[in-house]
Amino acid sequence: MAKIHVTTTINGEPEEFLCDPAETMLDVLRNRLSLTGAKEGCATGDCGACSITLDGTLVCSCLMLAAEAEGHEIGTIEGMADGDHLHPLQQKFLEMAALQCGICTPGFLVAAKALLEENPDPTETEVRFWLAGNLCRCTGYDKIIRAVMDTAAEMREAAQ
Amino acid sequence: MNEMSNKWIGKRTIRPDGVDKVTGRAAFAADTTMPGMIWGKVLRSPHAHAIIKSIDTSKAEALPGVKAIVTAADIVDFPVDTPYPLGIQDMRWMCRNVMARERALWHGHAVAGVAAMTEAIAEEACALIEVDYEVLPFAIEIDDALAEDAPILHPWMEFDGKPSNIAGTLEHSKGDVEAGFAEADVIVEGEFTTRPVHQGYIEPHACLVSTAADGKMTIWSSSQGQFMVRAMTSLLTGIPQSDIRAIPAEIGGGFGGKTIIYLEPLAAVLSKKSGRPVKMAMTREEVMRASGPTSGSKSKIKIGARKDGSITAIEGLYWLQAGGLPGAPVRGAVGCALAPYDIPNGHTFGYDVVCNRSKVAAYRAPGAPIGAFGIECLLDELAEKLEMDPLDLRLKNAAKEGTKAVHGPTYPLMGYVESLEAAKVHDHYKAPLDRTKFQGRGVASGFWFNAGGESSAQVNITEDGNVVVTTGHPDIGGSRAGIANICAELLGIDYKRVSVLIGDTATIGFSNLTGGSRVLFASSMVVTESTNKVIRTLCELAAKIWDIDPDAVIWEDGEARPAGDNAGQFDPLSLEELASRANESGGPIGAGTQLNTTGAEGGFGTHICDVEVDTELGIVRVLRYTVLMDVGRAIHPAYVEGQMQGGAVQAIGWALNEEYVYDKNGRVDNPGFLDYRMPVASDLPMIDTFIIEVPNPKHPQGVRGVGEVPLVPGLSAVRNAVYDALGIRFNNLPLSPPRVLAGLGEMKQAAE
Amino acid sequence: MTDTQYLAPATLDEAVSAFAAANGAARILAGGTDLLVQIQAGVVKPGLIVDVKKIGELTSVEETVDGGFIVGAAVSGAKLEKHLNFAKAWPGALEGLNLIGSTQVQGRASFGGNLCNGSPAADSVPGLVAAGAVATIQGPNGRREMPVEDFPSGPGKTNLAPGEIVVSFTFPPRPPHSGDAYLRMIPRTEMDIAVVGCGVNLTMDGDTCTAARVAVGAVAPTVRRVPDAEAALIGSTLDDTAIEAAAAACRVACDPIDDKRGTIAYRTQVAGVLLKRTTAIAAERAKA
Repeated sequence: MAKIHVTTTINGEPEEFLCDPAETMLDVLRNRLSLTGAKEGCATGDCGACSITLDGTLVCSCLMLAAEAEGHEIGTIEGMADGDHLHPLQQKFLEMAALQCGICTPGFLVAAKALLEENPDPTETEVRFWLAGNLCRCTGYDKIIRAVMDTAAEMREAAQ
Repeated sequence: MNEMSNKWIGKRTIRPDGVDKVTGRAAFAADTTMPGMIWGKVLRSPHAHAIIKSIDTSKAEALPGVKAIVTAADIVDFPVDTPYPLGIQDMRWMCRNVMARERALWHGHAVAGVAAMTEAIAEEACALIEVDYEVLPFAIEIDDALAEDAPILHPWMEFDGKPSNIAGTLEHSKGDVEAGFAEADVIVEGEFTTRPVHQGYIEPHACLVSTAADGKMTIWSSSQGQFMVRAMTSLLTGIPQSDIRAIPAEIGGGFGGKTIIYLEPLAAVLSKKSGRPVKMAMTREEVMRASGPTSGSKSKIKIGARKDGSITAIEGLYWLQAGGLPGAPVRGAVGCALAPYDIPNGHTFGYDVVCNRSKVAAYRAPGAPIGAFGIECLLDELAEKLEMDPLDLRLKNAAKEGTKAVHGPTYPLMGYVESLEAAKVHDHYKAPLDRTKFQGRGVASGFWFNAGGESSAQVNITEDGNVVVTTGHPDIGGSRAGIANICAELLGIDYKRVSVLIGDTATIGFSNLTGGSRVLFASSMVVTESTNKVIRTLCELAAKIWDIDPDAVIWEDGEARPAGDNAGQFDPLSLEELASRANESGGPIGAGTQLNTTGAEGGFGTHICDVEVDTELGIVRVLRYTVLMDVGRAIHPAYVEGQMQGGAVQAIGWALNEEYVYDKNGRVDNPGFLDYRMPVASDLPMIDTFIIEVPNPKHPQGVRGVGEVPLVPGLSAVRNAVYDALGIRFNNLPLSPPRVLAGLGEMKQAAE
Repeated sequence: MTDTQYLAPATLDEAVSAFAAANGAARILAGGTDLLVQIQAGVVKPGLIVDVKKIGELTSVEETVDGGFIVGAAVSGAKLEKHLNFAKAWPGALEGLNLIGSTQVQGRASFGGNLCNGSPAADSVPGLVAAGAVATIQGPNGRREMPVEDFPSGPGKTNLAPGEIVVSFTFPPRPPHSGDAYLRMIPRTEMDIAVVGCGVNLTMDGDTCTAARVAVGAVAPTVRRVPDAEAALIGSTLDDTAIEAAAAACRVACDPIDDKRGTIAYRTQVAGVLLKRTTAIAAERAKA
């Protein structure tokens, strides 16, 4: 069974890989590219732990064939910090203890970043509904929502 | 107890492992790889109950790319007539849990395993393994397992002299409940059921096992105890513990479900046979079908009280599902149910019932939520009958310091009453409810034993004068942050100079499981002792340098100082300076401690829950929730709050929408996050917390365990709120919309 | 060993040829939110996956001269909601699409995929039926059209002929004072498959309803239009009697099953409740 050769961009860097035609983007990220930040929680698109962006749109990498990445831009958690400068969301999650075991955290951060890029001033309800596809079993979501809202406020202020 | 200056204890510091977690760098078990790694997959029983007559693996072995096969023949047998306890487990059941022996006891029970070059080949090979099953009728529900003609899972299991699915019983007694009921002015009783639920950790079980040519083995796994992993793998494979190094990867949630192992012994055998590192990870479906969700239950409760609200007697009868092998959490149910109350007569009795679903594993205060459910619901009913506020009713009967609990102990100083009083005056309790929208409010209390247990810690001072702390318990809730706080506080240095690592079985002394609400309690004790030993060493070194008596040296704010003017005039020596002169002390500066920690006492909490019910659709939504709890001392308040919030939300899920659904063939019908409905962010409000600190006198920093109590009261708090909203007493969980709507319909019909 | 092949043709003709040539062994990939789940579960083992997202007609949104819309079959909900004119004209159809799954799923899920997957509980289909949307289909025998309501033929089944691919959905021009809405009952607030779904599309003349289309989902082997509910609403002022009659008609139209998501009794009762609530929203939008 011949593999497909894919040329794509991941976190701003050109990337090439070989994959099986039916291999998911999640499996390629984790098993071929050593980008293990995206996690497999369910493989059916129900938990959001595998969240990435595809041309800036938030998607589950377990619901995307790796072959589809051809010619597109993939964004993962690994691209969120700028060298050793954490993204404000990452920093805020740490300050507000918005994580416990941390398995869902990369997914939440990618999802929250996508939210704030689309809507810099979300209400609590909007944040909760946007993040409904990211499951967390440890925190009860409270501190995660607070961290996202506080970051949004800080980022709006910084933008002024 | 030491008076702390509170520079770090009680502060919301950034956890030492945090940056790795928010950047995706943190290595969970499925993230690990090794050169030459191959993949393992498990073949699972397609039947809920069947005798395994033979297994033929020849076709699988012949498939190109297959490197090894594992069957029950490779797993050490522990005969059923010889108990072999290991911690809270028994190896007779563990060896049958990781791989079926005589029988497949649930749909999804592991029957064989394959390691191959790719996952796909391993899966294909599993499909080629031929198993000859003699299919038997199955029983999953408690009533079915106890019926006259129930299929018996274990021919050797007897109760009352005949074959039975009752694996055991447990009982607690105080006084004479019959006499107590006779004295009562009011009696309330009820029958309650809860459905089985899963811990719901987002990370499936996973491990990577690498075996060298001489048999020495390294295991990376997602687990709540690397020493348990080593011990169980050793017992199940026959490989000596000294040849096994078990490394705890970062763990993506456990809640008790990872206090046993499933894959490690299989991967160990496959790795040894193939000579390759073997990685195994469960799919979500495997997790739901074949790991250890908790029991479904039945209970019959009766409470008697005088007109003034003083309880005269409580009786609770419980049946809990064990799954296919013995070990339902009966202890938690019968032990914790009555624990918050000071009553003269109490009796609890619980049955451990085997049935054809996967063997249960611990789930956050195992058994206690089940134990508390009916009690807390009936207390609500009693309060109404007596026209008392439900918190006042609990206050009237609250356990305090000196109370002899029905389950045995006499309580030391603790803060249960404080949690009730705090609830009474909390804003939440006074907030108005909109009755036109069918809003209601409920309260409930709960208890969990908490544990101490073995813990080890090593505190080493680096040559540049900073600190590395190695502890022995996997961190599932942010305990590294609390440990750093304590160590920094004791040494009087910036907490950023303290690095906290979790050791593996080769690098740290024996430490018991992460569970039992004990990690911070136990590890802080040994870290405290080790740090204090280090401080003594530092003071001795300073004394040597100053040529004075070591007793004349004190440690303050990160420095050794002369104890007073009499000791002499010397400039303080900082940690960095002393570290650079460690060779003058006769050796590196560090200390280890290994203890079987004691002094953990039970934890108590009270919850307030507001709901709103859409009465046309039967949907219950939680509007507001407050968790009030005595935590002893909140070393890191944010992570303490996190435990309170997380436990409460698991209880909300258990109460509203989570349940195992079985099809007519005894298979789990909802083995995924789509139809196993855990709460999502949009389902919930903020979860408010109120931390009460009645310091534990037996702990250096006053810590009490906080991890488990927060789940216990929630089931009843939600259900009591629904009663307040609708006037309907739902005694069966979950309160899913079809059930609520049916209840509303019945009420309407009854009214007509 | 997987034998699946992947193709991402640039033209519709290529896609149809490849799809047809595979003789039933191929699957169309739009957002993948159903297909990949089915492949993962081993329910489906396609010999060929035809990715249609490079084909212009399937990924574009056009406003027609007469005020209608042509929405490519593979356009994602996330993309469609950015088309403000469509969102204004067909908020009900759009909300059906954007209730599927999660934000992540909505970044990929499409009308075409949702309809062709054939689930009776498909969230976007009642809204499409209520809108009177017509599917444009291309197959080995050329192009044809099919109203969405004629599409589903049973659970997991459609009336597409072998080799046919859905190209786009045409929404008719909106008469003034029209509004549509979609509601579903799910136990949580997000993420669940609809236990009952209801789509209503109304045109009002003052206080009188002059046109109505009603469709219910998840209560029968296929999404169903409910002509009796429509008849009860048309000509009425959407008064309580008319609404109750329409709700009753919806209940009668139900032919649901008992499953892990709902019981027959529950679904039937809820269908009536949703009809009332959905009609109220559609009416508000129509009058605005």
